[in-house]
Amino acid sequence: MSGLVLNTVTKQFGSFTAVDNVQLSVPHGTFVCMLGPSGCGKTTLLRMIAGLDTPTSGAIVLDDADITATPTHKRDLGMVFQSLALFPHLTVGENIAYPLRIRGAAKEAQKKRIDELLAMIHLTGYADRPVTKLSGGQRQRVAIARALAISPKLFLLDEPLSALDAKLREAMQVELRQLQQQLGITTIVVTHDQREAMTMADTVVVMNGGRIRQAASPIEIYRRPADRFVADFIGSTNLLDIEADSAGRAVVLGQAVEGIALPEGLSKATISVRPEDVHLTAPGAGALTGKVTFIRDLGGTIETFIDLSGTQVVAVSTPRERPAVNVGQAVGVRLTPDVCVVLKQ
Amino acid sequence: MRREPPQRLADYGPLAFPAVMLVVFFVIPFGTMIAVSFFKRQQGGFYTPDFVFDNYARFISLFFGKVLGFSLMLAITVAICCVVLGIPFTYLLTRMGRKAQVLWLVALLSVLSLSEVIIGFAWSTLFSRTAGITNLLVILGLMQEAMPLSPSFGAVLTGMVYQALPYTILILYPALVRLDPTLTEAARTLGASPVKAFFTVVVPALRNTVIATLIMVFIFALGSYLLPQILGRPQHWTLSVLITDQAVYQSNMPFAAAMAVFLVLVTLGMVGLTVLVGRKGEAA
Repeated sequence: MSGLVLNTVTKQFGSFTAVDNVQLSVPHGTFVCMLGPSGCGKTTLLRMIAGLDTPTSGAIVLDDADITATPTHKRDLGMVFQSLALFPHLTVGENIAYPLRIRGAAKEAQKKRIDELLAMIHLTGYADRPVTKLSGGQRQRVAIARALAISPKLFLLDEPLSALDAKLREAMQVELRQLQQQLGITTIVVTHDQREAMTMADTVVVMNGGRIRQAASPIEIYRRPADRFVADFIGSTNLLDIEADSAGRAVVLGQAVEGIALPEGLSKATISVRPEDVHLTAPGAGALTGKVTFIRDLGGTIETFIDLSGTQVVAVSTPRERPAVNVGQAVGVRLTPDVCVVLKQ
Repeated sequence: MRREPPQRLADYGPLAFPAVMLVVFFVIPFGTMIAVSFFKRQQGGFYTPDFVFDNYARFISLFFGKVLGFSLMLAITVAICCVVLGIPFTYLLTRMGRKAQVLWLVALLSVLSLSEVIIGFAWSTLFSRTAGITNLLVILGLMQEAMPLSPSFGAVLTGMVYQALPYTILILYPALVRLDPTLTEAARTLGASPVKAFFTVVVPALRNTVIATLIMVFIFALGSYLLPQILGRPQHWTLSVLITDQAVYQSNMPFAAAMAVFLVLVTLGMVGLTVLVGRKGEAA
């Protein structure tokens, strides 16, 4: 298969297992975001793909060739580091040309490529500036251009946008995604920012504790999380306990809910409901009843915190669709089966 | 951060203490030395205040020119040896575990506690025929018979490099610790082998530190006057040895002062040249 395949890759540091038996295949030209809390093994996995760390066991296969033992400098990849790692003693142009110079490219070819890349990152005319004189966003682009100078087979980025301010980060996410689609290069980004992952990725790989919890398209990860961790980590969600009553119906907080089925053979589970899927109604009439404890009015959306006999539920709605309720008031909460995702505990 | 320049005279107050120290312990002694270098020497006695150029005139001769040339050559060689040995060593040191680093640094600092005399005699013993390292080589079968390695130029160089290396490493260490380790990793992902990455990224990124280290070791080596006498032959004696000889044994203070002033000027010239070359490299 063309592309990258990770075959039961495991990495141990002493007795600590950083990456645990990871199986993943990344088809050529896909944009993959590895997402997870700090220490989940995502960076270690990326470093193994780059060859900066060696797997304890397992194999890394790129375009049908096993590259597990290939040293980093022979892998023909481009990598952007969290610190960017621009060479402070070189100018913008020299930084971008570094991979070409190392490979012994002719001066003329180097110059031509520098101009192409600078045009691509909208920094035409910056070739002779020292990198220390650039702004954060410009440095970011130079690091990206340098990594792409040899048109690598793999484009790896380790938390590339974390040093930028929020506005610039959002703009760079879009730019990076457009660039990747334009070049059609297989790209793997490590991030802890789920918004970033949702914006850019074809496939989001959610990791925790060194394992892949779910690998799917962003919208599937959001709508159909595989387990409690994924549901809780991606976006915000309401997790409610669900049990089967004597008749086999699903019961949430003492109220039978039609249309939800428990996983086969289980009497207890959890359901995940996104805040925007929690509909507020008048109390009673087949809905769960709770008390409003707090209201966060953000202008565009309103978050209503509701206490449902001890369990807190958050509902997000726009001002128009939300009934007028105040703190302390009783309110009905309707859960429709199509928005509830049943998760094994 | 921008700061206002001092407004009133009193704002310069904090400078008073260092200024006084500098004047008392540097400007006055150095000024005295410059003055003495123009004094007239009393044959068999001390010297009388005067303003003559005899001392400088005597210095301009082939003999002293050769000694000066040798001193500069020796100091430059020591500086280059120290940097060439020091950079890879310190680079590897910064990549060791915390405990190993502390152990090495303590060991290096303990070398600094040795006096020049002890270093000199230790090396002259190691280089001797009867108790030296050549005996070890004979035992190992690498050599036919033990031979003396000292006095010689190599012995002088070894002793001085040994003495200056801890300083070199202590100057390089902070710069190398601060050097972002992802720089070499980035170079490797961009296609440079580890050795190439070291020479294309680590060394150039450290250029200013390397220049500073070269200058420091150069000046340090220029002032050395014991090791050349213990480990070298008279042709390996540096200008510092001759200055000591004139000042202490020949009681010719004015001539010693003139040589010292000349040495300071040459040193300043060399340092200036190094800085200039460094700047030019930066501009290119």
